[in-house]
Amino acid sequence: MATRSLPTANEILEPSPAALLRRRVFGHAGLIIGTAVLVIIILMALLAPWISPHDPYDQVLDRKLIPPIWFDSPKVTTEHLLGTDQLGRDYLSRLFWGARISLLIGFSAMLISGLIGTAIGVIAGYFGGRVDMIANFIITTRLSMPVVLVAIAVVSLVGSSLTVVIWVLGLLIWDRFAVVMRSATMQVRSLDFVTAAEATGCSTARIVLTEILPNIMNHLIVVATIEMAHAILLEAALSFLGLGVQPPEPSWGLMVSEAKGMMFFDGWLIAIPGAALFLLVLSINLMGDGVRDVTAPDGRN
Amino acid sequence: MFTYLLRRLGVAVLVALTVSLITFSMIYLSGDPAVALAGEAATEEDIESIRTYYGYDRPILVQYGDWLFKALQGDFGQSHYLKQPVALVIFERLPTTMMLGLCALVFALVLSIPLGVLAAIRPNSLIDRTALTIAVIGQAMPSFWFALTLMLWLGIIWRLLPITGSDSWANFVMPSIALGYYITPAAMRLTRAGMLEVLSADYIRTARAKGLRPVTVLFKHALRNAILPVISLAAVQFGFMLGGSIVIETIFAINGLGFLAWESIQRADLPMMQAIVLVLSVFYILLTLLADMLNAWLDPRIRVA
Repeated sequence: MATRSLPTANEILEPSPAALLRRRVFGHAGLIIGTAVLVIIILMALLAPWISPHDPYDQVLDRKLIPPIWFDSPKVTTEHLLGTDQLGRDYLSRLFWGARISLLIGFSAMLISGLIGTAIGVIAGYFGGRVDMIANFIITTRLSMPVVLVAIAVVSLVGSSLTVVIWVLGLLIWDRFAVVMRSATMQVRSLDFVTAAEATGCSTARIVLTEILPNIMNHLIVVATIEMAHAILLEAALSFLGLGVQPPEPSWGLMVSEAKGMMFFDGWLIAIPGAALFLLVLSINLMGDGVRDVTAPDGRN
Repeated sequence: MFTYLLRRLGVAVLVALTVSLITFSMIYLSGDPAVALAGEAATEEDIESIRTYYGYDRPILVQYGDWLFKALQGDFGQSHYLKQPVALVIFERLPTTMMLGLCALVFALVLSIPLGVLAAIRPNSLIDRTALTIAVIGQAMPSFWFALTLMLWLGIIWRLLPITGSDSWANFVMPSIALGYYITPAAMRLTRAGMLEVLSADYIRTARAKGLRPVTVLFKHALRNAILPVISLAAVQFGFMLGGSIVIETIFAINGLGFLAWESIQRADLPMMQAIVLVLSVFYILLTLLADMLNAWLDPRIRVA
């Protein structure tokens, strides 16, 4: 009967990898704060129909431009905690519903661009050589076209709607996915376990899906957060220029745009949706930075 | 070196041609450009005459060849709205945008390089943390919102700067800040990372061991090497900024290429839109070509590989 040697004291005291990861996650203030804020905004978006005090489209013209609750004005009422806009629509309700637009566009555009970019990047990094040259050419071509300009030109030609904005952004911002996935795949591809899989006769699809993808997943998540934030900022900019989401939809970028004529008298009208955008993008970025720090094999702190 | 340059140049030309093809086919996204131009009240005959007048009845490849051939000679056709040669209008507006882009770049580098160096000298110090916070906040701020906020405080509440127009240098201060802050985080992180790497190199230890003054070591030995990637980043970002200036120019009513692009899109002025996209893309291609050549010249490892 084979005797199994007892674990040494050091092995017992050494925490498991899962415990180490948990410790890193909860020790990372940015990751925790970012995730918490993002979860709150997602909840706001999901629960918008139930938690909104008013209909976001309801115009009450004798209740225009009521300032938020913290202002010292006779018009202030607890019925409109964040006040009303120039058409008498409840600002808090529009803010809740606007979170849906930002998150929907950010997430869908990220998904589309992620699929395109990852496909190009992984194929280029795995096959190398001529395939890599062609992929590089496609990436360079895409990079040389100015995103905002091309996006608004295309949106204006096709006609703007939520779907159009999602597709235009998704088809435009895959470059970072491709660049990062390409170099990550190249690194993983030269490792021994990929060679071993090739030697045992695994198919290319199987190697890519089960050997390469899981090992570049952390890079993928980080880029996904960056591009989701990017898409949200681009949608806001497009809507601000009048070539994104159309009125009366409560897009945060559009809310800033609609209020800019009144911003010198009622600065809070642009401050509130702008701050919401800022917080959303900040929380996504903090989460992405956190995931990068927590999963990076070296330079953990 | 020569073969590297030649190959790099060949790729640049191919990319430019592909971009021109994409730009040209863009106008067919709306379906028939003649219908779009004619407007809603047009009769069948109006549409037909517009189609023949602008040559939209010819095969697409012939149209593209014709357009490209003329574009190479600097002829982008007539603006549908302004009834002036497109090239002339672009040429008039381009200097303003270039000026804005340069000011924004200078602002970004003047802010980010010293901050990056300071952060690298004392990692994890108060300065490093402050720089990091500025970077994180800067990346999350919507540019149009930042521009409006600047306008509100500097222009209206404190009355320091004019809020719109492009007549004097003072008009360029706020737009440059609004446009330039966007690349500050990246430039700062790159300077910091470069300096950290260089400062731990052997030749820096040698320079210090020789008893050189810390300032000399820092600026003559370290920064010179650490700044290389920042220069190529700056070239690339300059191209991005010209494309992104559309938002800032529209807000501050600066009479540059971005504002022209926005106006042309509102007026459905197709030749103008095509030309602006093409000009900015080609400009970006030239910038990256320049940056690559500069890098190859400064760093032998690139041109040999």
